[in-house]
Amino acid sequence: MIRNVLEGIPGIELYPIIALLLFVSFFTILLVWFARADKARLATLARLPLDDDQNSTNTSL
Amino acid sequence: MELTKPLTPEPNAPGSGETVVYDNTIVKFFAIATAAWGVVGFLIGIIISVKLWAPDFLAFVPELSYGRLRPLHTNAVIFAFAGNAIFLGVYYSLQRLCKARMFSDVLSKLHFWGWQFIIVLAAVTLPLGFTSSKEYAELEWPIDILIAIVWVIFGWNMMGTIMKRRERHMYVAIWFYIATFLTVAVLHIVNSLALPVSLLKSYSAYAGVQDALVQWWYGHNAVAFFLTTPFLGIMYYFIPKASGRPIFSYRLSIVHFWSLIFLYIWAGPHHLLYTALPDWAQSLGTAFSIMLLFPSWGGMLNGLLTLRGAWDKVRTDPVLKFMVVGVTAYGMATFEGPMLSIKSVNAIAHYTDYIVGHVHMAALAWNGGLTFAMLYYIVPRMWRTQLFSVRLANWHFWAMTLGIVFYAVPMYFGGITQSLMWKEFNVDGSLTHPNFLETVLRLIPMYVLRSIGGHLFTIGALIGIVNLYRTARQGKFLANEEVAVPARIVTPAKDGYWHRMLEGKPIRFAIVTLVVVLVGGIVEFVPTALVQSNVPTIASVLPYTPLELEGRDLYIREGCVGCHSQMVRPFRSETERYGQYSHAGEFVYDRPFLWGSKRTGPDLHRVGRKYVDAWHFNHMKEPTSTSPRSLMPAYTWLYERQLDISHTEGKIITLRKLGVPYPEGFETKAVADLKQQASRIADGLQDAGLKDARADKEIIAIIAYLQRLGTDIKALKQTTPGAKQ
Repeated sequence: MIRNVLEGIPGIELYPIIALLLFVSFFTILLVWFARADKARLATLARLPLDDDQNSTNTSL
Repeated sequence: MELTKPLTPEPNAPGSGETVVYDNTIVKFFAIATAAWGVVGFLIGIIISVKLWAPDFLAFVPELSYGRLRPLHTNAVIFAFAGNAIFLGVYYSLQRLCKARMFSDVLSKLHFWGWQFIIVLAAVTLPLGFTSSKEYAELEWPIDILIAIVWVIFGWNMMGTIMKRRERHMYVAIWFYIATFLTVAVLHIVNSLALPVSLLKSYSAYAGVQDALVQWWYGHNAVAFFLTTPFLGIMYYFIPKASGRPIFSYRLSIVHFWSLIFLYIWAGPHHLLYTALPDWAQSLGTAFSIMLLFPSWGGMLNGLLTLRGAWDKVRTDPVLKFMVVGVTAYGMATFEGPMLSIKSVNAIAHYTDYIVGHVHMAALAWNGGLTFAMLYYIVPRMWRTQLFSVRLANWHFWAMTLGIVFYAVPMYFGGITQSLMWKEFNVDGSLTHPNFLETVLRLIPMYVLRSIGGHLFTIGALIGIVNLYRTARQGKFLANEEVAVPARIVTPAKDGYWHRMLEGKPIRFAIVTLVVVLVGGIVEFVPTALVQSNVPTIASVLPYTPLELEGRDLYIREGCVGCHSQMVRPFRSETERYGQYSHAGEFVYDRPFLWGSKRTGPDLHRVGRKYVDAWHFNHMKEPTSTSPRSLMPAYTWLYERQLDISHTEGKIITLRKLGVPYPEGFETKAVADLKQQASRIADGLQDAGLKDARADKEIIAIIAYLQRLGTDIKALKQTTPGAKQ
């Protein structure tokens, strides 16, 4: 049955290859980004939620 | 709706240039709605849990029957409780992370009241039996359109706020919010496509296998993008806030986000393992589900490790207590998920109460825990006071935690018990428990324990709500919170930071997110969408007769799918019990598919002609008359209500438009055909001594449908060339 299903779609044999390429390239790009990120900058960004109400003009909390 | 004014910069506050006024009123509205709908959802849950061991409980009201209340419970908890909690979290944190008031107060209000209106419509239509029967997407087409409109209002308001933000960088929580908005919009629209017959009745645009694939692509990703990504955003904001520490690894959060949204969308078919779905799609679902463990646990560890060095606070701070239980349960549920996606594990757990335990572990602890943590954090701050009672919060915490244990453990235990009983054989090769009912009756103590768990959880929630109410009463609500912020900063085009390319540009970010999410969906869905002409058609499978069609719609109205599957899996334990396993080609006229996801009663795909009409007639009137000690409720109203045939003609026309091969002009003969078949069944019943059988009652249509189920293949004579059976 599966063979029949697949036979009916033009170019179906390319689907797994496309899926694999997408998958591998996605994670490769992600890991490159990951490795290149600047540590000091990331530390500043991570503090963003902690800075958000420091300047409140009408709160003591 | 710019509510800012110039402020003279103070010498000690470099960059200060403006004040911004956060809108706390809309946050308050969503907080109240979260608490109120939460209680409603939990109470309905308790009612239906009691019905499983005391089927006569509230049985006299059709609108309160198990089949109709179950979707109301799931919708109330997912869209009313968790939904309002998401908006509560987003409206509170987004303003603060963007250092900007919500884009438009009018859109905020429209969003709030529109969403509550949808919930009220659901609460009215579902008990009345207006349902598409697709899980977590049961609402009928006019409400679906309304949901799409209100969702766009939410997205518009959110993106508008992000566009006018005063903080250059979009913190990781915001990415999760954007992914939520975009993906839920796509999922909702694609899965809800249907052709209306009348104001509150429609037929799915997809049939059988395709409908199942689309539904579980939606169903699984509703879990992913409604119950996971927004709550991860909430986690990334509120854990640092409550602990006073930045997130453990911002680097990890970037990887977490992109890999989670990329992998999640592929995993839907793990809900359909061993069904008639093509095997390649099942395997794809399994592979991606197992990989999902990594981003899920990466996120969980990122949350928990943020508390390193601050674990002492968890002992005293209610916010962190609820957070930690929530994030830990997330870790447990996301470990279970990939394991349940392995075919051999799925073969045991699927269709049993194990899955019910699994989803409640996630819903009660992860969504519930994070929601209450958020409420305990936000309410004292918005009402400028301290929490009324830490002691009461501790009582809530323990009632909730024990409630979850009392709920989940019996379900795990009961699920495995039932599955092993289904699969147990005697030495002579016959089933040890040939009567399905035996396997259900064994679970009654587990069902009672589950109800106790539900009560504990709800009592805890009520204690929490009282505590929050008293907190609000002792404080003073600050509707507009004025905060000094730095002047808007113009980002230089290139400043050397790679992810800035996306973070500085919300629209670009949104487009990339959408592409990442769509890739998985398209690769998986397109081949199956094209399968239509390739699903091995079985020549003997014919469209339903008008009476069977009406019966099927009644089956949908009563929510029979909540307890009965229609999918015999290719296991000997199932073919022995039910008959031949289900084939993809048997469902080509099923709009919607009714494969189901849980068996509290037996599978019904091969029930056709298994019993005589009189058996069904007696069974649905008084289930214990044919099946002693049965837990099925009686459906007495089906014997009193006249079958509504005013839309029969329209239904035939609608289905033909969708591709069902009813001959031209058949619609004009449909009612006559229906009446003829109904008379035949009623006459047969009268001959069998059931003198109260009337041809025009609803029960006759249901019997006609049930007697048709799975019988086409029994009459199999020939198949289309190439189709293997």
